[in-house]
Amino acid sequence: MKLKLVAKHVGALGIAAGLTIASFSAQAADTIKVGVLHSLSGTMAISETTLKDTVLMLIDEQNKKGGLLGKKLEPVVVDPASNWPLFAEKTRELLEKDKVAAIFGCWTSVSRKSVLPVVEELNGILFYPVQYEGEESSRNVFYTGAAPNQQAIPAVDYLMKEGKVKRWVLAGTDYVYPRTTNKILEAYLKSKGVKQEDIMINYTPFGHSDWQNIVADIKRFGSAGKKTAVVSTINGDANVPFYRELANQKISAADIPVVAFSVGEEELSGLDTKPLVGHLAAWNYFMSVDNPANKEFIAKWKAFIKNPKRVTNDPMEATYIGFNMWVKAVQKAGTTDSNKVIDAIVGLEQPNLTGGVSKMLPNHHITKPVLIGEIQEDGQFLTVSSTPNLVPGDAWSDYLEGSKDLESDWVTLKCGNYNTKTKKCLGAAAK
Amino acid sequence: MMIVTSRFFKLFIAACVLCITASSSFAQEDTAASESPKDFAGLVQHLAIGSLFERGETVKKLADLKDQRSTTIISALEQGTLYFDSILNKVAIKNETGNFFDAISQSAISSDISNFKKIPVNNSLRNQLRSLLAQLNLSSEDESVRLSAVKRLLADGLDDDSATILNEKIKTEKNKNIQSSMTIALALYQLKNPDEKIRITAVDQLRGSLEPEARSALTETSTSDESQAVRNTAISALKSIENTVSYYRFAENVFFGLSLGSVLLLSAIGLAITFGVMGVINMAHGELMMIGAYTTWVIQQLFPNHIAYSLLIAVPTAFLVAGAVGVAIERGVIRFLYGRPLETLLATFGLSLILQQAARSIFTPLNRAVSLPEWMSGSMVINPVLSITYNRLYILIFGIFIFILLQLILKKTSLGLKVRAVSQNRTMARAVGVRASWVDALTFGLGSGIAGVAGVALSQLTNVGPNLGQAYIIDSFMVVVFGGVGNLWGTLVSAMGLGIINKFLEPYAGAVLAKVLVLVLLILFIQKKPKGMFPQKGRAAAD
Repeated sequence: MKLKLVAKHVGALGIAAGLTIASFSAQAADTIKVGVLHSLSGTMAISETTLKDTVLMLIDEQNKKGGLLGKKLEPVVVDPASNWPLFAEKTRELLEKDKVAAIFGCWTSVSRKSVLPVVEELNGILFYPVQYEGEESSRNVFYTGAAPNQQAIPAVDYLMKEGKVKRWVLAGTDYVYPRTTNKILEAYLKSKGVKQEDIMINYTPFGHSDWQNIVADIKRFGSAGKKTAVVSTINGDANVPFYRELANQKISAADIPVVAFSVGEEELSGLDTKPLVGHLAAWNYFMSVDNPANKEFIAKWKAFIKNPKRVTNDPMEATYIGFNMWVKAVQKAGTTDSNKVIDAIVGLEQPNLTGGVSKMLPNHHITKPVLIGEIQEDGQFLTVSSTPNLVPGDAWSDYLEGSKDLESDWVTLKCGNYNTKTKKCLGAAAK
Repeated sequence: MMIVTSRFFKLFIAACVLCITASSSFAQEDTAASESPKDFAGLVQHLAIGSLFERGETVKKLADLKDQRSTTIISALEQGTLYFDSILNKVAIKNETGNFFDAISQSAISSDISNFKKIPVNNSLRNQLRSLLAQLNLSSEDESVRLSAVKRLLADGLDDDSATILNEKIKTEKNKNIQSSMTIALALYQLKNPDEKIRITAVDQLRGSLEPEARSALTETSTSDESQAVRNTAISALKSIENTVSYYRFAENVFFGLSLGSVLLLSAIGLAITFGVMGVINMAHGELMMIGAYTTWVIQQLFPNHIAYSLLIAVPTAFLVAGAVGVAIERGVIRFLYGRPLETLLATFGLSLILQQAARSIFTPLNRAVSLPEWMSGSMVINPVLSITYNRLYILIFGIFIFILLQLILKKTSLGLKVRAVSQNRTMARAVGVRASWVDALTFGLGSGIAGVAGVALSQLTNVGPNLGQAYIIDSFMVVVFGGVGNLWGTLVSAMGLGIINKFLEPYAGAVLAKVLVLVLLILFIQKKPKGMFPQKGRAAAD
């Protein structure tokens, strides 16, 4: 009798214990973790901090809609501090320790290149929201920022046609993105008949602050009688002393216009924009685009960040598109498993904030419109030119020898760098 | 859907009726009633509507009116002070004080101005406006306006009409500068004249000119002109111009080198005192400069309406703040580590990390925007090839001033006397009654204070953030090691020298490689003269 009682009690205890353990593990599996990998300090903090806040806002909004697959989304924010090797370390931490379902991060191409081997090794997913130089297409990365054919080439076309520019200064920060973009642009300009002596290329380190002689050289290069423009791939806070020096040496946009690829509303908010009026930027989104979806996004952003003076910019829109595409892909696949999400996401469409609909292509790029804008006194852009349709992103530039035969297709060819001439996959093919 | 469209349709009809009645009433007021407006008031109203291209056309018509008021309107549009209120249907100009004036009637607008939107222009329209304004401004009363008008005509190139106008104006022009610019513009025009003699006279007139347009026109003439004589004259004129230009370019490079040198001097001179006089390796020196830069920002936040004076207030404040931090470092950390250079290096390195993180916590990791006072922006144009930016010029003068001040302190004050005594022979100085430990603290404070003042100068040139110190610490040590630790003159010579070498290498090697080369040259120099250029002499300095 006593044994039966004891057995009953033990049984009850066991069931209770089992239930508790089960509920614990259910609680532990109650959230989906999302990694946020943006520099919150260092030379790139001026550009990247706002993207961290954007992801937090999107997660918050998604949770208000009921989360994803019935679970709440939980952000895991790390600060790689503009330190490129630290980006790789933090990625490993996010994927191995925190087991995030997807990472939204990186800005500079060197940070992305550092992260790439880690995210491929651990089969994670990275959404990269910034314009870049192309020449890459990884199975684990989704490039929601502009490829050169969605930003650099159309900007040069605009300057050649509308600006009647004949001489070109390609000024950039010394790392992979400006170097590769300038290679592409140099090849493109030469293919359009521009001579070598009409192209001046210059590189400076991150954070460079002594622009005196470089700007004097630009001034000199521009007074040879032909209309000159500067194509700037200068990144980070080096832009501040650069534009200041342009203003001090009295180079106005009407004399030598500067079109920048890495200067948006966020960077302008820290500058005195009066002397910069008329200088240009090429993006796929401007805060000033008049559109109900954009107005709603801006209102939500200002309410979330509790500051009516904050601005929105192109990488924020790219983050928005990437995040929503990821949510749709997870819902379509029914799981956050990387392989299933990667297969589900190609072909998905997401309305962007400028009135069009972006689509995820087999090369893991999206379709985007190209907008050229002039800086206004209030730090906003006035759109002076835009493509009528959305341009599909091309990972492998048609203007470089090593890449014009390459194609990326992760759906049918299952390869990121497939040589169409030799019919061979140059890199690791998908399994 | 149906309701919306019918409502919209009704609104559309109403708008059409309004437009028709408005334009018909307009037509009744004007003497010339036509589709596109032809009179001043009509054209001004038309400016506010339509595409950028249409705006360009309207501006041309406004200029053709030859109305004095057109010039005001066009220059307002170019400067971005022309506004339009679509509800009141008024075009207004905003003057410097922020008041709006009706563009047509010149009367002040006192009613609600919140609906006024700026009339937008883009770069090509701005170019068009500048050229138009140049032609209109030729008859202006203001000399500087006339001069910039002539310079713009020079840059754009003359056509037959503007050449005739200039030929008329040059006879009555009293100002020498404007007259010579007019001569150059006319000479450039004459380079296309079919008469060979006139072309040669034109080339001779362009001989001394440093304007870039003159140079490019002469280059073209020297290669493509049909007459051999004209080509030869052009070639010789070009040669003399190129000589003058290269002389001025050299002077410009020297100025760039000196201005970089002055920044290095300001950064290094504080270190020269602490390292040179006391033998203390202070790795937190960059952070003391950062403290000075942040002090400037704080002063600007406290007195937002006095940006012009903010720097004058910031200099002594930064000196005191950074000096106080320096004394605290000396009393708190360095005092215990005298004679142990490695430990001092480690301790001060740790301090620099603490100070950086403190800055991140207090001021956030993002850069802080320091405004530049009006008198620091812009440049002084000496001639078309040489212009000197004011901020660099003032920092150069300021650097030399600080250097002289420091020399005076060290040579003429009693503190300076005690500092020199302690650095030459500590035991002897103590024996004659100098309080060596206090002198150490004050010397460190002086060096740190100067670093703070350097930070104020740096805030005008570069971004103010927690990493500001790291960008300048290596350069500061380079200057002190190169110059030798005995002598402040060594610091001056080495700072200016390194600045000039860097700036002369930059055009050939690029910014990154120039820095590398300078470091390599420095290492080679140190092999030969380990104590630097001006080493300390005397028996006490034997080690």
